[in-house]
Amino acid sequence: MKALAARRHHRFAPVVLLLLALLLTGAVYAIAQPASADAAQAAASESDIAAGQKLFQANCATCHGPNAEGREAVEAGAGGPSLIGVGAAAVDFQVGTGRMPAQMNGAQIMAKPAQFDDEQIAQLAAYVASLGAGPSIPTDEQLDTTNADVALGGALFRTNCAMCHGVTGAGGALSQGKWAPALDETSPAHLYEAMLTGPQSMPVFNDANITPDEKRDIIAYLETQREGSPGGLTLGSVGPVSEGLWAWVIGIGLLIGASVWIGAKSS
Amino acid sequence: MSTVDSRPAPAAAPPSRVERAAAGTADYLDQRTGIGGAVKEFARKIFPDHWSFLLGEIALYSFVVLLISGTFLTMFFVPSMTEVHYHGPWAAMDGVQMSEAFASTLRLSFEVRGGLLMRQIHHWAALIFMAAIVTHMMRVFFTGAFRKPRELNWLVGFTLMILGLLAGFSGYSLPDDVLSGNGLRIADGVARAIPILGSYISFALFGGEFPGTDLIPRLFTVHILLIPALILALIGLHLLMVVLHKHTQYPGSGRSDKNVVGYPLFPIYVAKAGGFFFVVFAVIALMAATMTINPVWNYGPFDPSIVGAGAQPDWYMLFLEGGLRLMPGQTEFVIGQYTLSLNILVPGVVIPGILFTAIALWPFIEAFATGDKREHHVLDRPRNVPFRTAFGVAFLTAFFVLILAGSNDLIATHFHLSINDITWTFRILLFVGPAIAFWITKRICLSLQRKDRELVLHGHETGRIVRFASGEYIEVHKPLDAHERWLRVQHEANRPLEIEPAEDSRGVRRKGFRVDALRQRLSRVFYEDRVEPVTPAELAAAHSHGAHDALPAAHDEHAGELTGASGGTRHLAADVENTEGTDSTDGPKHP
Repeated sequence: MKALAARRHHRFAPVVLLLLALLLTGAVYAIAQPASADAAQAAASESDIAAGQKLFQANCATCHGPNAEGREAVEAGAGGPSLIGVGAAAVDFQVGTGRMPAQMNGAQIMAKPAQFDDEQIAQLAAYVASLGAGPSIPTDEQLDTTNADVALGGALFRTNCAMCHGVTGAGGALSQGKWAPALDETSPAHLYEAMLTGPQSMPVFNDANITPDEKRDIIAYLETQREGSPGGLTLGSVGPVSEGLWAWVIGIGLLIGASVWIGAKSS
Repeated sequence: MSTVDSRPAPAAAPPSRVERAAAGTADYLDQRTGIGGAVKEFARKIFPDHWSFLLGEIALYSFVVLLISGTFLTMFFVPSMTEVHYHGPWAAMDGVQMSEAFASTLRLSFEVRGGLLMRQIHHWAALIFMAAIVTHMMRVFFTGAFRKPRELNWLVGFTLMILGLLAGFSGYSLPDDVLSGNGLRIADGVARAIPILGSYISFALFGGEFPGTDLIPRLFTVHILLIPALILALIGLHLLMVVLHKHTQYPGSGRSDKNVVGYPLFPIYVAKAGGFFFVVFAVIALMAATMTINPVWNYGPFDPSIVGAGAQPDWYMLFLEGGLRLMPGQTEFVIGQYTLSLNILVPGVVIPGILFTAIALWPFIEAFATGDKREHHVLDRPRNVPFRTAFGVAFLTAFFVLILAGSNDLIATHFHLSINDITWTFRILLFVGPAIAFWITKRICLSLQRKDRELVLHGHETGRIVRFASGEYIEVHKPLDAHERWLRVQHEANRPLEIEPAEDSRGVRRKGFRVDALRQRLSRVFYEDRVEPVTPAELAAAHSHGAHDALPAAHDEHAGELTGASGGTRHLAADVENTEGTDSTDGPKHP
């Protein structure tokens, strides 16, 4: 005690105290942190998790590390982020849309036909969810759009999504070869999970930002966009550029054809 | 058969009742209006026949379609910025707050019978209208139809194109949707980039801060009253001048600057042109019935906070968008408390200013370079004016690069490219592309001219090889017939001007020398590289010997291509008249 009393006026004492206080706060927070959205994890059986771990170590560990702790990209080699705490939703989205396992490195990982079946995806999701709490796969109830407000979904889409995906959801370009994909073929569950987990360049829209009901409204709006256009062919829904292209190709093309026909010499 | 003056054979049978009734009506009208003279004049007006002369008609007829469909739209569209809540059959907009302009566009699309078809007809017709104007302008440019006496009509046509742009932009913005609102914001930004006056212009246009509530009603007046009235008046002037100048014709045997070879307006062109109107209407209606255009119900009502990815204007404004996308953003300077936005001013005002001025003034620039004051009614073959043709292709290349740059995000997503790389590529291409296009086009034109010379001098290859008794082999060439030959020799090559010296014989400085010197420099740029048409002397030389080696020029690799002012020049001052007669006989000399 005497030694402590002698040193409490030492000029580094405040720094040491501050460090101790920070450590304590961190420890308390780690214990008290709300374990959110881990319902799926609870439901998953031990055998699913074990099977998922095997799949993970065979297919994902090269980049994400044997325990999903992530790995720095070494020279020309693969690296991937830590998957602890990304939740089952992220796995279901990334593996379900075929983005993972990644075919190659690039500006952006591309979607492709899924490499695993639904059961394997569920096992992988269960394993990753067991590593740390994260957003879970949306339930059928969350995806039920029967009572959705399509108009509100449209307004939310224009406010939150249109600057990257375009006002019609036809996709758009981002910097350096990245892009926001077209949303016309994405399944409702994948749309929901993308909002929840923010894959690649996309920001996270958590439940405080866009509520589950609003996410459902956005999905309902995107589904009505797929019903075709009352005006005829959609021309890719990319706006005036394709309209101008077809005005020249079909309109001026046909009319010049007609001109040649009419102007053809009769003599 | 082409006729210069033809009239139907008099009917032998006595007139039927219908004919008598028609004649009676015509007589009634003629006695009260004197219309008979005008009909006689117009009905017997001769027009030459060529498909490319119908391009302007496409523009005219699509404008008629615009007037018809536009009148229908005005009966249902409400140009008001009053905020309403939409309730109607389009569920995705149910209960959404929007302006009455947008709500009435939705009503027009989904509740008015035939409304959506009419909207789509109107919009497709607008795109076709501008496309036809541009195509027509290209035809006039590349064939030199803007030369004296048609320079003023070129200006009228140019003004019509500008008015068409304004009509398109003002109409595109009327529905007050997100996409056109983004476009208006860009227009606002361009206006504000103008130094000193910018914010005043913007506030005057929008009646205060963007977007305000004044603009849609103002655009409506501009779009349905002011611009259509101006376009109609100028179309009248445009056509009147065509009648006054008479129509141009392509070169060919029997055609000169002093005649028009073709068919009378009545009945041939009345039938052809009348029928063509319905063809144009049909094509536009077909497109409108099968292809969605401007689906504002997907874009939603305008709200300044919403900016969609891939927001683009209609194709004819896309080059402006492209300029804005290409311009590096670092060119914005803050001087004191003023911001000089060169990043917007240059692509938004300066570049279109240069492009449009070049188009408008071209006939005058070219007339200055040629020093040619004669009337021209026979069109040029584009190959025979390499500099003009190459300039036109270079201009279109720049325009096309800007259009592609305006679509850079779509190129990026559809071809999986980096938008940054695309933008840099287009920045370079905007300068390099036109230069390459110019050079290639000019070389192609000169080569085609040399090919023409070759054909005229040697005739068509027949593939028949003949061996002479001496053992010499030759291929027999079939000479061109008179019509084929005339087409290839009828033009005269423009040559660099020769001017009088700076001082006269007494050493007194001559007035106007500096202008002449400038003119000479310009005409050298235009006409230094050229291929002269075959002269009668050359032709005679080539034919008289049965073999072709009598004429050294014909065997030279660069036959007929001349550089510099050698080989007969046209004099600016005294002997312009002489050139046609005497100059054409002395043939090219070798440099």
